[in-house]
Amino acid sequence: MSEKKLPIWLRLYGVAAYAYIYVPILILMVFSFNTMKLNIRWEGFTTRWYGVLFNDQQVILATRNTLMIAVVSTIVATIVGTMAALALHRYRFPGYNASETMMYIPIVIPEVIMGISMLVLFVMLNFKLGLLTITLAHIAFNIPFVALVVRARLHGYDNAIDEAAMDLGANELTTFWRVTLPTIMPGVLSGAMLAFTLSLDDYVITYFTAGPGSTTLPLRVFSMVRFMVTPEVNALSTIWVLAVFFVMLAGRLAQNRRA
Amino acid sequence: MSAQDTAPGARRIGLLGRLRESRVFQGLALISPANGYLFFFVVLPLVMVVILSFLSRGAYGNVEYRFNPSNYTRLLDPVYARILVYSLGVGFGTTVITILIGYPLAYYIARSPARQRSTLLFLILVPFWTNFVIRIYAWIMILRGGGLLDSFLQWVGITHQPLGLLYTPTAVMIGMVYEFLPFMVLPLYTSLEKIEEALLEAAADLGAPPWRAFLRVTLPLSVPGMIAGTILVFIPAMGMFVLPDLMGGAKVLLIGNVIRNQFLTARDWPFGAAASMILMIMTLLLTLYYTRRAGFSEDLLV
Amino acid sequence: MPGEYAVELRDVVKRFITPEGRDLDAVNHVTMQIRNGEFFSMLGPSGCGKTTSLRLIAGFEWPTSGDVCIDGVPQGHRPPFLRPVNTVFQSYALFQHMTVYQNVAFGLEMEGASKDEIRKRVGRSLEMVQLTGMDRRHPKQLSGGQQQRVAVARALVKTPSVLLLDEPLGALDLKLRKEMQLELKALQQQLGITFVYVTHDQEEALTMSDRIAVMNQGKVLQMGPAVEIYERPTSRFVAAFIGEANFLDGRVKSLKGENAVVTIPAWGTDLAGLTTADVREGDDVAVSIRPEKVRLTDAPEAAENCLEGIVSTSTYIGSDTHVYLDVRGQRVKVWEQNRTSRLDPRSVYRAGAKAWITLPPENTLILAKE
Repeated sequence: MSEKKLPIWLRLYGVAAYAYIYVPILILMVFSFNTMKLNIRWEGFTTRWYGVLFNDQQVILATRNTLMIAVVSTIVATIVGTMAALALHRYRFPGYNASETMMYIPIVIPEVIMGISMLVLFVMLNFKLGLLTITLAHIAFNIPFVALVVRARLHGYDNAIDEAAMDLGANELTTFWRVTLPTIMPGVLSGAMLAFTLSLDDYVITYFTAGPGSTTLPLRVFSMVRFMVTPEVNALSTIWVLAVFFVMLAGRLAQNRRA
Repeated sequence: MSAQDTAPGARRIGLLGRLRESRVFQGLALISPANGYLFFFVVLPLVMVVILSFLSRGAYGNVEYRFNPSNYTRLLDPVYARILVYSLGVGFGTTVITILIGYPLAYYIARSPARQRSTLLFLILVPFWTNFVIRIYAWIMILRGGGLLDSFLQWVGITHQPLGLLYTPTAVMIGMVYEFLPFMVLPLYTSLEKIEEALLEAAADLGAPPWRAFLRVTLPLSVPGMIAGTILVFIPAMGMFVLPDLMGGAKVLLIGNVIRNQFLTARDWPFGAAASMILMIMTLLLTLYYTRRAGFSEDLLV
Repeated sequence: MPGEYAVELRDVVKRFITPEGRDLDAVNHVTMQIRNGEFFSMLGPSGCGKTTSLRLIAGFEWPTSGDVCIDGVPQGHRPPFLRPVNTVFQSYALFQHMTVYQNVAFGLEMEGASKDEIRKRVGRSLEMVQLTGMDRRHPKQLSGGQQQRVAVARALVKTPSVLLLDEPLGALDLKLRKEMQLELKALQQQLGITFVYVTHDQEEALTMSDRIAVMNQGKVLQMGPAVEIYERPTSRFVAAFIGEANFLDGRVKSLKGENAVVTIPAWGTDLAGLTTADVREGDDVAVSIRPEKVRLTDAPEAAENCLEGIVSTSTYIGSDTHVYLDVRGQRVKVWEQNRTSRLDPRSVYRAGAKAWITLPPENTLILAKE
């Protein structure tokens, strides 16, 4: 769209909208330094809640679990999802439409339904709920997202480069490894990042597939918000928001440098 | 007749050779892991839920294999029917409000100079990627009785008593809109950004004042974005249970809450399954309606 | 064993199934022999089968029936990476994630050549296309013309016996295209290898080729040197596709060897002409003559095939004037070379002026009516 001067009311609106989005988060961050334990009103400044946070064994365990699950589910989903994207982009085979539809189901259905259906599956199979079931569930919803992202990136893909590679002496495997994969790598990495983030943040599906004793960070945050509201939650939230911010910033700077 | 296999390296046309060349085989090979996994972990469970919705609850909360259509008829009970309608209403309301709030914002970003645009997008994406429980908690802090909003209003002198906003339907709506705003803004932005300046210049050239150009050119062309945003907002909003739980307490119940309660507290799985099925059907109808209208656009992809 | 032809297609058919489920013969019983060291073009409109034929030679498609032979060896189902030919693609198909050097070196890496050898050969290849010093650049940083040269260098570095080119100049602007045409032709002559070139631009084909195969709807209509294709087209399609031509309907009145007399019903007279087509007395035919072959005079000539007409319009092109006449109800175009300076070109052939056209019999071609 054009870059003409924007009307003043629109610019004010923009500022107001961003304020609306960020003020709650900023309040959250500020109140992580509140001395008042119940955190209802501002009392005084302290950093001790961060100390509490770093010694909180449950949080540490939850963080470790969350990262492990995210890494594993991302790796599996990225490989399977990329293969699926290639299949759907380049080939036609019996069951194509059904495969495509099946791929979109986890994206479209409400998370609660995915959650309970997995719970039903695991219970019916007498599968003990725990970190493994969470991981399996995460892989299930990550595969379609990876496939979607990679497939979008495949859109402009010039098939001629694969033919060129074969023309120059590379067989199918070498062509994939030396030409196809490097070319789609940005898309694959995008998909992987999306999968990692979705896994990291997931609450609902994790909630239904977690067993007693297996806790992830989102589940822990929820408990803390629900039952134990102290500025420690704010401290955890602040760190999380800042982590997201800086990772995204780093990604953006890396992209700018490459462009 | 022809010496087809005399060239060194010419593929043997046996079964393996045919498989290697066959594009159908290659395609199937690549999609099989995904297909297999999704079938087992997504399709099969859903089928199980469908079956489950027709079974009965045993005395100890277990499942008995007795055909029981009453799970569905129970849903027609005014209590549940109201919840269903309410869920639809919340989904609809959230969608409409996010469009109303989000459209000008998306427009603002789309029309900003290119350099500012990427920063503005970045700033929308940061909360988008932040865990949603955290963001809900921020609003809980603000809205609860004696909380920040109350303190502020009392300090300024507008009210003298706590508003008691938390644990009301209003609070839930505020939370929903806050949660889903980025999901609507981003597809809208994508759609708006694609509109060429030349189109608006043509409209002006043909005599249309800015507001008319907006109504007749910009708005219709941004419809795909609205549709994509609607799919991303309406359906998840209907199925939310965390937000109503945290911000509405026991007073605000959506169908998501009903499902969760049946599966984890009341342990009436068949009934929970039936409620899930209703939600599924509503989801499917909405999805079909919208995708038929728009085709599956990549506006979903941010 | 080395064959006498660099590439040969023997009664090749390539059948596809359209999305609607019908059979489509993209290549329909094509036989052609391409000689060693020649610049051979396949020319035709979109969908005529020329690109498919090229891909059959390269190995990206396999024939439904018939043989594709390279150097006398039938290729059968050999995949492209085992064939001694290399391709320059229409979209250049450069590897975006590699530098120019890595692109050109790729084929040599596949052969297992040593690093030193690769460096030497890549250097020479880049020199050949005048891109020395561009090694470290990425394709994104190059202009269209430069990218095209990298594609050529990449294919040639493997010193194939046959180079296949699929409309390589299509994306370039006119001036650059003409420059590249001359460069590619010079390159081919310098290297002495066989070029098989696909294009839909007849001027390009005429400029560069030793021999041309004109194709339409999966079939080869005529094959031969450029001069032959242009001066002696054997079908109406070829006459119309290459260059410009006037067409008239006629009927063969008499036939003696190559010479024929044809009655033109629209004119009520007979014309003398040449025929290479398979026609008999009494056949309905198409009579064709190229606009530059028609003699235009302002007084009648004592020659065969001279008729009177009226000038409708004339267009000044600079080196030529294109004159359109109405001759007894038929539109005839004549290209006149402006050999002397004419400051008011239109004064020579004003609209409405009377003029005479002469159709020399040796340039009046009688073709089968399609």
